[in-house]
Amino acid sequence: MSTQDQATQNLTIVQSVRDALATEMTRDDDVLVMGEDVGKNGGVFRATEGLHDEFGEDRVIDTPLAESGIVGTAVGMAAMGLKPVPEIQFSGFAYPGFDQIVSHMARLRTRSRSRYTLPMVLRAPYGGGIRAPEHHSESKEAFYAHEAGLKVVMPSTPYDTKGLLISAIRDPDPVVFMEPKLIYRAFRGEVPEDDYEVPIGEATTRREGSDVSVFTYGAMTRPSLEAAEELADEGIDAEVVDLRTVSPMDREAIVESFEKTGRACVVHEAPKTGGLAGEITATLQEEALLYQEAPVRRVTGYDVPYPLYALEDYYMPNAARVADGIKEAVEF
Amino acid sequence: MVQVLDEEGGVVGDVPDLSEEEFVAMYRHMKLARHFDERAVSLQRQGRMGTYPPLSGQEGAQIGSALALSEDDWIVPSYREHGAAMVRGLPLKQTLLYWMGDERGSLVPEDANVFTPAVPIASQIPHATGMAWADKLRHGDETDRAFLCYFGDGATSEGDFHEGLNFAGVFDTPNVFFCNNNQWAISVPRERQTNSETLAQKAVAYGFEGVQVDGMDPLAVYAATTEALEKAKDPADGERRPTLIEAVQYRFGAHTTADDPSQYREDEEVQRWKARDPIPRLERFLRDQGLLDDDRVETIEASVREEVADAIDAAESTVRPEPSSMFEHVYAEQPPELRRQSEAFARVREEYGDEAFLEEQ
Ligand SMILES: Cc1ncc(C[n+]2csc(CCOP(=O)(O)OP(=O)(O)O)c2C)c(N)n1
Ligand SMILES: [Mg+2]
Repeated sequence: MSTQDQATQNLTIVQSVRDALATEMTRDDDVLVMGEDVGKNGGVFRATEGLHDEFGEDRVIDTPLAESGIVGTAVGMAAMGLKPVPEIQFSGFAYPGFDQIVSHMARLRTRSRSRYTLPMVLRAPYGGGIRAPEHHSESKEAFYAHEAGLKVVMPSTPYDTKGLLISAIRDPDPVVFMEPKLIYRAFRGEVPEDDYEVPIGEATTRREGSDVSVFTYGAMTRPSLEAAEELADEGIDAEVVDLRTVSPMDREAIVESFEKTGRACVVHEAPKTGGLAGEITATLQEEALLYQEAPVRRVTGYDVPYPLYALEDYYMPNAARVADGIKEAVEF
Repeated sequence: MVQVLDEEGGVVGDVPDLSEEEFVAMYRHMKLARHFDERAVSLQRQGRMGTYPPLSGQEGAQIGSALALSEDDWIVPSYREHGAAMVRGLPLKQTLLYWMGDERGSLVPEDANVFTPAVPIASQIPHATGMAWADKLRHGDETDRAFLCYFGDGATSEGDFHEGLNFAGVFDTPNVFFCNNNQWAISVPRERQTNSETLAQKAVAYGFEGVQVDGMDPLAVYAATTEALEKAKDPADGERRPTLIEAVQYRFGAHTTADDPSQYREDEEVQRWKARDPIPRLERFLRDQGLLDDDRVETIEASVREEVADAIDAAESTVRPEPSSMFEHVYAEQPPELRRQSEAFARVREEYGDEAFLEEQ
C-alpha cells in the first residue's frame, strides 16, 4: 500500500501515541487504557488526551496510584482476553510493578504452557534531557530486554510510533513500549490516518553510509544522525541504523550493515555497563569478526545515577560525543 | 476530626500549651513557607528553576506537625515538605538548589534530622519504619526518639504504604505516619484512591490508632502530633506504639509547575478550600489573643521577604556544579571502570569544550 493514496496527518510522536491508541480502541472493543492520570487529565504528557471523553471511563481508566496494581491487574485482564495498555507515568516509576513485570507479565505464557497469553502493552515515557526532577530521566531498557518473554520497542519517529504501537497492541505477547519523551514534541512527521503496522523486531536504516555503522534507537537517533551529517563534511560517510525494537533485536540488520562498513559505534543514553551496546558489540564479535577493522565504540550514559538536571547535558550523549566515537572507530 | 480553630479562627477545641513566642513563631514559619512557595513558583515561571511542587494551603499541616517534634526526633519527607524540612533545619537555599537541578541541594546539614526527601511515591514509608526500628533495636527504651514520615493521600495506594505500616504495627516502632491528604494525587481525587471512608481508618488494619485531623488548623495538627509522639516515645502504659495521622487539607496550586489543574478540578472547589486557609485562620486567633497586630504582622512579612530573598540570592549565586562531580558520591571508592569513564569524559570536554554539551538546551 503506498502512502500517497492515504490521508495523512502531521503529528508529533506523542500525538502519534494518542492516534495509535484511538485507532485501535475504535477497531477493537477489547483494547483499554489504564494508569495514573490517563483519564480526565489526558496523561501528564497528554498522550491520552481526549480518549476519556471519547471512549468513557471503563476503557480509559484512572487507577489508584499503584504500579504493582496497574501491571498486575493488567496481567489478569489480558489473561482473560482483554488487551490492556497500561501506562507507567515515567519509566522511573515502574519499579513498584517490577515483580509483576518480571515474574508474571514476562513469563505467564511459559508458566501456563501457553494456555494464557498476555496481549498487553506497557507504555512508559523514558529518557533524559527535559530538565525533569529526580527519577524522571532514566533509560533502563536493558532491564526489560534482559527478560525473556517481553518485547521491547523504542520508536524514534511519529510514523514508527503509530505503526509500532498498533503492532504491539495486536501482538499476542506482552510488549514494553518505551517512548522517547525528549522528542515527544520535537518535530512532526506524516502519519497515515488509517491503521497500519510497523513490524516489531525490524531495524531500519536512517542514513546510508559506507565507512562506519552507527547503531542506535529512540531519542538517540537524532544526535546520531546529526553527527553523521557533520562528519559527512569531513569526508566520513556514516550509516545510521535505528533498531526501533531492542528485543527481539534485528541482529541480521546489524550484521549486514557491519559487513559493509567493518566499523561501528553504538549509541544509547542508558549507562554503559550492562547496556545494550554490549549486546550489539558481542553480536558483531560472534557473527562478523572477520569483517571487523576497528574496536567497536560505545557512546553511552555513564555508570552513575542519572544526575539532576544541572549536569544532564554532560551525561547525555550528544552529537559531539557521537561524532567523537564515530571518528575513533574510523581513524583506528 | 480533631479541630482547635474553626474556619474563622475561633476556638472550638483545646488550645495547645504554647508560649506566646511559640505561637508567633508558628505563624512566622507558615508565612515563610507560603512566601517561599510563591517565590519558588515564580522562579520556575521565569526559567530560573526547574519543575517545582508547591505547598500553598498545606502550611498548617507541615508547620504544625514539625513544630511538635523534639530536637532528637526525625522527619522522613516526600518532595513537598519544604516547610516542615525548613522548620527542622534544612536551609531554604538547599531546597532551592535541589529544584534548580543542583545535586548539592540534597545535602542535609549534619545537625538536621531530616532524611533525604523521596520522589518515588510511598517509598520513604518503609525507610521511616526501619529508622525507628533501628533506634529501638539499638537503644530499647533508653531513647525517646520518634520518626515522623510524611506522604500524600495517593501514597496510601502503594504497596510500600501497607508494608511500612504493617512492619510498624508488628514491631511496635516509634513512628508517626503523617498523611498529607490534600485531596488530590495529581488529577486523581481522594475518593478514587480508596473506597475507605477515611485514610485514618486504615490504621485499624495494622493494629494501631489512626486519627483524622483538620490539616488546615495548625493548632489541631500540633495537638494531634504531640499526642502521637507521646504514644511513640513515652506512653502512660509504657507500650510504645505507632500512629497514623490523616491531616485533611488542600493543595491550592498545581501538583507541580508542570501541571494544569484546570484539566481536572473546578475553581469553585479551590475557592471553597481557600476559605479554610490556615494562615489567616491562625492570624485571626493570634490577633484575638493580642499576640499579633498590624505592626507585628508587617514586621514578620518584611523579615520573611528578606529571608527568602537572601536564600534565593544564595542559591542563584552558587556557581553551577562542576560537571565531573557527577562521578562523585557513587561509591566509597571509585571503581577502575568509573575512573576510566570519568577520564574519558574529561578528555571529550577538553577536546570539544562545554559549548558542545550546552548548545542543545
Ligand atoms: C512510584 C511513583 N509513581 C508515580 C509517580 C508520579 N507522581 C508523582 S507525584 C504523584 C501523585 C502523588 O499524590 P499524593 O501521594 O497524594 O501526594 P501529593 O503530590 O498530592 O502531595 C504521582 C503519581 C511517582 N513519583 N512515584
Ligand atoms: Mg495528594
